Amino acid sequence: MAEYSVFSLVRNALTGHKNWQRAWRDPEPKPSYDVVIVGGGGHGLATAFYLAKVHGIRNVAVLEKGWLGGGNTGRNTTIVRSNYMLDDNSHFYEKSLQLWEQLSHELNFNVMFSQRGVLNLAHSDGQMDRFARRGNSMRLNGVDAELLDRRQVMKMVPHLDFSDEARFPIYGGLLQPRGGTARHDAVAWGLARGADRLGVDIIQNCEVTGFRRSGNRIEAVETSRGTIGCGKLGFAVAGNTGHLASKLGLKLPIESHVLQAFVSEPLKPFFDHVVTFGAEHFYLSQSDKGGLVFGGDLDMYNSYAQRGNLPTIDHVMRAGLAMVPSISRLRLLRHWGGVMDMSMDGSPIIGKSPIDNLYLNCGWCYGGFKATPGSGWVFAHTIAEDEPHALNAGLRLDRFERGHLIDEEATGAVPGKH
Amino acid sequence: MLYIDCPYCGSRGHEEFTYIGDATKKRPDGAETSDPAWFDYVYLRDNPRGPHLELWHHSLGCREVVKVLRNTLTHEILGAGRPGDKIALPDAETER
Repeated sequence: MAEYSVFSLVRNALTGHKNWQRAWRDPEPKPSYDVVIVGGGGHGLATAFYLAKVHGIRNVAVLEKGWLGGGNTGRNTTIVRSNYMLDDNSHFYEKSLQLWEQLSHELNFNVMFSQRGVLNLAHSDGQMDRFARRGNSMRLNGVDAELLDRRQVMKMVPHLDFSDEARFPIYGGLLQPRGGTARHDAVAWGLARGADRLGVDIIQNCEVTGFRRSGNRIEAVETSRGTIGCGKLGFAVAGNTGHLASKLGLKLPIESHVLQAFVSEPLKPFFDHVVTFGAEHFYLSQSDKGGLVFGGDLDMYNSYAQRGNLPTIDHVMRAGLAMVPSISRLRLLRHWGGVMDMSMDGSPIIGKSPIDNLYLNCGWCYGGFKATPGSGWVFAHTIAEDEPHALNAGLRLDRFERGHLIDEEATGAVPGKH
Repeated sequence: MLYIDCPYCGSRGHEEFTYIGDATKKRPDGAETSDPAWFDYVYLRDNPRGPHLELWHHSLGCREVVKVLRNTLTHEILGAGRPGDKIALPDAETER
């Protein structure tokens, strides 16, 4: 398949755009593969891409029950950042951010990665102290962070509520300048095209319905498109991990919850950064099409439904108005829900499972999108080498049993609180 | 809105309730010292896609804990009662 370049664009423009080739093939599944990845979202596709590119394993299939990027990859608020405090998260997400910085070039596909800065607002002295601590810890780990005072925030984002009547006065904020957003669909498409060009079979409309086991191994997956043999098997199915695991009799430290996100009618450019509210759960950015993209809290009950409820929508809108009062007359264009795999400590699980040739990539909570390339990179390493990379050694499944939790928010084993 | 049939107050919107979680987990005896037993209780969940027995606290109502059987795929509420009640699936013999 041809490289995309200014020359291919001119050539196709001159021929009426009638000769573009499809970006990836639509193969029939083969009887078996060295590695089968379940889940054709960003994480599954990135895993296949890095398996082929870094580890030379090209006899790989990605099975997707619907269409590419139709799950959480297409249902998030596209925020990319690495502003974590604890070492196991910090180094992993920073690796992911570094991969984002090269991703468009690496894939020959523009994922529209925009490092516009992610700003977390603080509304009390205590919160400023907490952000100073987190910022220091980030800088010690080589991640960029700047603590801003109220005046600096006012200059940077003048539309926030700086009035005397503000319910939650703004004291300052923690800025990660290298954070930003990326175009979610382009990430799925670019990774799919990249993996496909290296020989990976991407099989859509192929739902996994069961497994064939032999001893402590999985020989094959049963799917809606037939039985497919697997040397190794990786799950990258986000909120549906619990459902697939239950078919194998595995219990995981995960609950699936629904999280809603929203986009407003398009506006001219007015909101230049990603800003998160510190008094409530609310995060806002403006897309390239002009819509304000934002989200809030979980609906707070177990759910596999990709839709949420009105009280949560009301709650998110109130938080948004408290942060940016000028959006009060804006109309909502769309809203949607995605199924989050909420882990018991708020951090992801990437590593080996109790079954010999099964590898797990799950527990993403609110934050899977930003991890897309990093997750694929370390998961590919884990599958290829049968051993976690140093960057995901701490993110192993047995950390809960051993008491080595990575609880960034220090809220304990309550999935909804993370 | 989900409408939960509180055994004390009748049908109320879920805004009045605080979600507690899986109702099938049993806290081990206080004298229990085995790690696996506590690990299972604190961290592991069945997390079913389908009927789920769960506890809701009627925090803005009678402040009692209510046990609810709800389908996690459709959000349909299949039954509700007191925490000690057995709630059966309406169209199946399965009791959890």
